[in-house]
Amino acid sequence: MSEYSNTPKEALFSPQNRKLLTNPLGKDNPINVQVLGICSVLAITVQLRTSIVMAISVVAVMGLANVIISLLRKTIPPRIRIIVQLTVIASLVILVDQVLKAFVYDVSRQLSVFVGLIITNCIIMGRLEAYALNNKPWPSFLDGIGNAFGYGWVLLTVGFFRELFGSGTLMGYQVIPGFLYDLGYENNGFMILPPMALITVGIIIWVHRHRDRSLVDIS
Amino acid sequence: MQEFVNIFVRSVFIDNMVFAYFLGMCSYLAVSRTVNTSVGLGFAVVFVLGITVPVNYLLENFILGRGALSWLGPQFAAVDLSFLTFIMFIAIIAAMVQLVEMIIEKISPTLHNSLGIFLPLIAVNCAILGGSLFMQERNFANIGEASSFGLGSGFGFFLAIVGIAAIREKIRYSAVPAPLRGLGITFIITGLMGIAFMSFMGIEL
Repeated sequence: MSEYSNTPKEALFSPQNRKLLTNPLGKDNPINVQVLGICSVLAITVQLRTSIVMAISVVAVMGLANVIISLLRKTIPPRIRIIVQLTVIASLVILVDQVLKAFVYDVSRQLSVFVGLIITNCIIMGRLEAYALNNKPWPSFLDGIGNAFGYGWVLLTVGFFRELFGSGTLMGYQVIPGFLYDLGYENNGFMILPPMALITVGIIIWVHRHRDRSLVDIS
Repeated sequence: MQEFVNIFVRSVFIDNMVFAYFLGMCSYLAVSRTVNTSVGLGFAVVFVLGITVPVNYLLENFILGRGALSWLGPQFAAVDLSFLTFIMFIAIIAAMVQLVEMIIEKISPTLHNSLGIFLPLIAVNCAILGGSLFMQERNFANIGEASSFGLGSGFGFFLAIVGIAAIREKIRYSAVPAPLRGLGITFIITGLMGIAFMSFMGIEL
C-alpha cells in the first residue's frame, strides 16, 4: 500500500520520517509552494497574538486529523471519503473552538468565523487526501504537523511584520521606541488593511523563490 | 426591496469575499489561469452560495439556534444546539456541492472536464462555509436578506476571479522578475485590486 509497509521496524525519527517533517518547512511549503490554506493567513495576521493562537490550533487539528484518518484508512469507503474527512475535521474544530472560548475568549472573538474556517482550510483536506489515506499513523502524524508548522511560520512572519509596521507593537507591547515618533516616524496604517496582507505574502514568496531557484514558476 | 438591493451591493463591492475577507483564495489562485475556467467556477460558486446560505439560514433559525426549537413545543424552548453549527453547515454544503457537480456533468461535460478536481473542492472552498458563518454572525432579519447576501457574495467572488484571470492572461507577456512570476505577482495584483475595491467603502443605497 505504501513504501512504509515493507519496513515495519523503522526507527521513529529515521531520515525518511525526518524529511516528512522538514520538507514542508521549505521546498514543499503548503503556502508558498503548494498554494493551500491561504485564506486564514491573510485574514487573521493583523496581530501576532491571533496568528500564534491560529497556528497552534491548526497544528493540533492537523496532527490529530491525520492520525484519525490514517487509522481509519482501511475502513473508509472511497466514495464517501470526503464527507468522512469533513466530519472528522469538523468535530476536531468544534473541540478547538470550545477550548478557545473557554480559555482565551478575547482572541476567540477576534478570530470570529476563522476558527470555523479551519474546517475548510485546504491544507488539512489536501494532506488527508494526499498522504493520510495511504500511510501509517506515525508518518501521517509527522506529515500533518510538518505541514502545519510550514503553515505556521508563514503565518507568524506575516503577523510579525503587519503588527510591527502597522501598529508599532508586538504581542500588544510597544516595540518601536517613542523618540522615533518624535522624530516624525508614523505607523503605517495601511499594513492593517486587508490588501497589504496579500502584498506581504507576495513578497515572502518572492524572497523564498529568490533563495531557492528551483521553485521559480517557468510556465 | 431596497434593503435587499443594499445588502446585495454591499456584499459584492464592500464586503467582497476575496478582497475584504480573503475567502476562497485557494481556488481563486488555482483556477484563475484562463478566463473560461474561471467563469465556470465563478458560476458554480454563485449557485452553491445562493442555495446554501438560505438553507443554512433556515437550519440556524429553526433547529440550531438558542430557543429555535420552540416551534416543536414549549419544553424545547431552552434547547441550544449551536455547538453543532459547524458540522451541520458543512454537511449541507457537501450535499449541495455533490448536487451541483451532478447537474454540471449532465448539462455541460466540457465544463465538467475543465473544472476537473476543483468542483469537489468547492466543498472545502472557504468562501462557501464563510458565507454561511458570516450569515450567522450578522443576524439577518429574514430569509430574503440571507439569500441576497448569499447571491451577492457569490457574485463578488465571480467578479474577482474573472478579473484576475483576465489580468493573468495578459501578464504572461510582461517581463516579471523570475522569482515573482506566477504566484507572487498574482498575490500582489490581488492586493492592488483589493485597494481599488476599498474605494467602494461607505456606499449606501
